[in-house]
Amino acid sequence: MIPASFDYEVADSAAHALALLAEHGEDAKLLAGGHSLLPMMKVRLAQPAVLIDIARVAELSGIRIEGDEVVIGATTRHAELAGSDLLKAEAPILAHAAAQVGDPQIRHRGTIGGSLAHADPSADLPMALLALGGSVEITGPAGVRTVGADDFFTGPFESVIGPDELLTAVRAPRGAGVAWGYQKFVRRANDWAIVGAAAYGGRVALASMGGTPLRATATEEALKSGASIAEAAQLAAEGTSPGYDFHADVDYRQHLARVLTKRALEGKTG
Amino acid sequence: MTEIKLTVNGTARSDEVEPRLLLIHYLRETLGLRAANVGCDTTSCGACTVLLDGESVKSCTVLAVQASNRSVTTTEGLVAEDGTMSAVQQAFRENHGLQCGFCTPGMVMAATSLLAENPHPTEQEVREGLEGNFCRCTGYHNIVRSVLAAADKLAGPSSSTEVNA
Repeated sequence: MIPASFDYEVADSAAHALALLAEHGEDAKLLAGGHSLLPMMKVRLAQPAVLIDIARVAELSGIRIEGDEVVIGATTRHAELAGSDLLKAEAPILAHAAAQVGDPQIRHRGTIGGSLAHADPSADLPMALLALGGSVEITGPAGVRTVGADDFFTGPFESVIGPDELLTAVRAPRGAGVAWGYQKFVRRANDWAIVGAAAYGGRVALASMGGTPLRATATEEALKSGASIAEAAQLAAEGTSPGYDFHADVDYRQHLARVLTKRALEGKTG
Repeated sequence: MTEIKLTVNGTARSDEVEPRLLLIHYLRETLGLRAANVGCDTTSCGACTVLLDGESVKSCTVLAVQASNRSVTTTEGLVAEDGTMSAVQQAFRENHGLQCGFCTPGMVMAATSLLAENPHPTEQEVREGLEGNFCRCTGYHNIVRSVLAAADKLAGPSSSTEVNA
């Protein structure tokens, strides 16, 4: 399968990428690892006229500490997140989530910014960032704005990023001692989650339970009121709106959300 | 057309390509390197796996222009000038790590990348490290055995390489 023709531009800085976006408008798409975009282009679900390659922009990559946050450059690849001692110490749930994405070859190419911007409701990193209560740094013509994970995802494969904006960094709270758990239910090794659940402190996020990654708010409220993990997890599917497909129907997904939330709250990661 | 400059199997190349040309098609059609196969063409099966700057990637989901100024290695490039195969290639032959052979170039490249990152993998780590490569013949046991044998040869035996198959 061969993508439709496009023009190819290489950005040499974040500012250059923004200038190219301004020049080419909505016909342009940003290319980092390309592991969400290129499959869509190959089946012609996406036909951008221009690709702006940001993978070579050094300032967009890397993991560092800034005050009480871990700041991750948008083009930092999943393999780098999964292997980072700094991330494993400061935000281990994010390193763990990155290690669950696809397979080694995909993790050598895919980036955290790409995964978040793609906004797949069944993906690992969107769910993990929502559980963490992290945020996303978006740079546009008007400057930099920071959007919390709770407000970032607006629908299936949709986020608040405007066509003239660039996701530049991801911010996660430092939380070396915070209890966390991570559950991803799949039938095949490198699939997306049929349902996923991530717990971080008192926050719980779910994957594949609606059009965006979702907070299990009823579970969180019950925990705050002193409910046991088992009791709180029984409420995990409340307020969700999962779809159905050949993997699972709605009832089964709701069942999985309860079971996986319980395991995630118990700190299980396997 | 866009000019790309890259190193393929140690040889510097410069070519004019369409930006939409996939790396797998550049390798197979432009350069005539036919080891890497197109299997699923959807980033799943791993038959097109090559090394990009030493790391395994699925070349059906990489544009040739993305490989510009980088180094690409295919299975052909693992063979020494005198025809000697790499330790991973030899281990696949000695351990019956292939049947029809279609997945083998991708398996060998994924295994080469895995052993560069983790020279002493456990059997479980080999199985997880190859999760991006499908084989429809072998049942994987002899492939895992091959990779563990290659690890022993390259980095010396470790205690955790017993395979129960």
